[in-house]
Amino acid sequence: MTAVSPRGEGADGALVQDPSLPPVAVSEAEHERESRWTLPKILLWAAIALLGAVAWTMLAIVRGETVNAIWFVFAAVCTYLIGYRFYAKVIEKYILRPDDRRATPAEVLEDGKDFVPTDRRVLYGHHFAAIAGAGPLVGPVLAAQMGFLPGTIWIIVGVVLAGAVQDYTVLFFSMRRGGRSIGQMARDVLGKFGGTAAIIASLLIMVIIIAILALVVVNALGESPWGVFSVGMTLPIAIFMGVYLRYLRPGRVTEVSLIGFVLLIAAIIGGGAVAGTEWGQALFTLDRTTIAWALIVYGFIAAVLPVWLLLAPRDYLSTFMKVGVIVMLAGAIVLVRPEISVPAFTEFAETGMGPVFSGTLFPFLFVTIACGALSGFHALISSGTTPKLIEKERQTRFIGYGGMLMESFVAIMALVAAISIDQGIYFAMNAPAALTGGTVENAAAFVNSLGLTGVHVTPEMLSSTAAAVGEESIVSRTGGAPTLALGLAHIMHQLIGGPAIMGFWYHFAIMFEALFILTAVDAGTRVARFMLQDSLGAWMPRFRDVSWRPGVWICTAIMVAGWGYILILGVTDPLGGINTFFPLFGIANQLLAGIALAVVFAIVAKRGRSYVRWLWIIAVPLAFTAVITISASLLKIFSPVPGIGYWANNAKYRAAQAAGDGSLGSPEVVGAVIRNTAVQGTLSIIFVVLTVIVMAIAVAVGIRAIRTGAVDDAGEDAAVASRRFAPAGLIPTRAERELESRWQEHGPAPVGRKRSGH
Amino acid sequence: MALPQGAMVPASRPARAAWQRVRGAAGAVRWYVTTLMGDRAYDVYVAHQRAHHPDAEVPTERQFWRDRMTEQDRNPGARCC
Repeated sequence: MTAVSPRGEGADGALVQDPSLPPVAVSEAEHERESRWTLPKILLWAAIALLGAVAWTMLAIVRGETVNAIWFVFAAVCTYLIGYRFYAKVIEKYILRPDDRRATPAEVLEDGKDFVPTDRRVLYGHHFAAIAGAGPLVGPVLAAQMGFLPGTIWIIVGVVLAGAVQDYTVLFFSMRRGGRSIGQMARDVLGKFGGTAAIIASLLIMVIIIAILALVVVNALGESPWGVFSVGMTLPIAIFMGVYLRYLRPGRVTEVSLIGFVLLIAAIIGGGAVAGTEWGQALFTLDRTTIAWALIVYGFIAAVLPVWLLLAPRDYLSTFMKVGVIVMLAGAIVLVRPEISVPAFTEFAETGMGPVFSGTLFPFLFVTIACGALSGFHALISSGTTPKLIEKERQTRFIGYGGMLMESFVAIMALVAAISIDQGIYFAMNAPAALTGGTVENAAAFVNSLGLTGVHVTPEMLSSTAAAVGEESIVSRTGGAPTLALGLAHIMHQLIGGPAIMGFWYHFAIMFEALFILTAVDAGTRVARFMLQDSLGAWMPRFRDVSWRPGVWICTAIMVAGWGYILILGVTDPLGGINTFFPLFGIANQLLAGIALAVVFAIVAKRGRSYVRWLWIIAVPLAFTAVITISASLLKIFSPVPGIGYWANNAKYRAAQAAGDGSLGSPEVVGAVIRNTAVQGTLSIIFVVLTVIVMAIAVAVGIRAIRTGAVDDAGEDAAVASRRFAPAGLIPTRAERELESRWQEHGPAPVGRKRSGH
Repeated sequence: MALPQGAMVPASRPARAAWQRVRGAAGAVRWYVTTLMGDRAYDVYVAHQRAHHPDAEVPTERQFWRDRMTEQDRNPGARCC
């Protein structure tokens, strides 16, 4: 890239704007004037701060019998607003320094397809739909075993100081590099070795994430004929939509999505009827191992089928559902305002002996709730499609930072939904079958024996709850999805339909999550296959040819075998599956965040001396992720407590096997535990080693840049003067409205550079 | 608006204004949803081609979507967890 420096106001000639056009950016003086404090502004922000403080007080300090869910909403929204208005502005001003006089890739490379300057409000929806999936719906549910407060604080504070910072900075730097991916940026910034380590880490992480998401679906659908039928119906519905779009009415995406949505609702209602019949029971009651194999076969077929047939239509459907359900749930929580009786903290935060997953609050809370507070996976999304669609540089704060705040809000709503149900039912649903024995009597006895204050559950409560949502049993339905579905049904039925349709709402929520997860499985397999093809292509060039079918099939099969193996281990895990595998998911996701933040750290350090003063904004979340993920990994590898350390558990079962001790279970069970803990332990070691390599290289690169003071834009594209204008935030400021109307009068800039000659 | 001539009695003015607002809001929602979902992708592409490459041939909408899907087949993108 040419060494055009974007720094130093107007130091280079490239950013002189065409004098025949209205201004393409709000002037510095105008920014200055708008950031001045006026009395109404002071009052408004004081009121927001006050409301937020009251809400936090209600959650954290006032300890009544119950707490109203509305305080979660106020605490979250007020903190987000303050983070967005103040902290994100600091990042904008000192770390990123966007320049609206500079054209974005969407403007420079505009091709009407991949690079299109897109309305910021539409792009916000787009970006949100791309980053939000099942992750923020699952982690908070599991973390609720420690009480509501740890999860709430981490989700809200974590997003403001870490998650949104990562998304915003990665989006911005990718935009400055023509939409380059985080892997490519890693190679540019960290060199070949560090970049390769980053790519291998992301590939492995992708595999583990697909496996665990698939495990969540399997757990939600096992022994549930209603769920199997309605989720199974999404396949013919998606195929119908695909055919409709390809042959009948190309381009009518909203129309076909509405049709698909109606069919989906019909499938849910029909599922209830089918599950009520004898043949329905016989046909669709499948055990978890069968469903896991079905999912593996599905994963392979879906990843080799053309995109238009299955993936694209289901994408439309899930975008549609995502935005719709989240608006619906937010409205319902505000209208119903459920009372929460879960305590702020439970003893499991301290003892680390909770039945849902083991481990103390530090560090395991921070890896259990990954998405919603800090999600490394977003770095893959924030670098890629979105940066190619941004109209103006200053909009990155709204899209990147603001988009992540919305995902955090989804996580808070999932948490509220999960804790709105009875705590006894929560533990009966989320404790593994190894502890509950799978029957209502044993489960009730187990939960009551936990000795939690205010928790008392009867077998009747468990069976009547299951009957209310049209399930055979709710005991040990681990994975978070069934709990969230029950919580959503619990809230929604108070608003619409009453107890009679709780089953509908429950399966609506299951369907909603399964839809995201199946899309993620399918798309993730494709991406992983693509990465593998690219790597194999280095030795056998033929693999790079994506139209060479045998290559596609072989690489798909390898990737499916990878996640399928872990999925089967999880499904058959004698210790439960979710509780032993989920920490790997969280650790993997946070390690990816660590890699992304490390790359950002190195980029910022190289930008120059005036940036280094503010480098702590990146260094703090980077250090925090490094500490939590490395300590969680080390505990998982070295802890002598068998409940926590994979190898400790491995040794315990090996000893039992050698001694012929049958107290831990049959020889098959013991063998399975030995194998699973070995796989888990090995993966933990690989993850942590790769990540330490990447982080160490990034920090070394950063420190070298600081020492030498060498300014290097690390592969930024050359600056090109912009020829268009759009407001930065959701609501235009006065100055922005004035500019907008001047552009309205003038019309868009003529095609071709500097045509008018005066 | 297809109001008959002379229907502009003062009393109906607020009603007309309200109707206009509803129509405006519905139009905005429609614009937002269809743009978000991608219904307008072809129009955007055609407008771009007309403006920047007036001599190039513009594919039909059917062909445009086929090419787009083939493109996605070749360059898969991840969905988030």
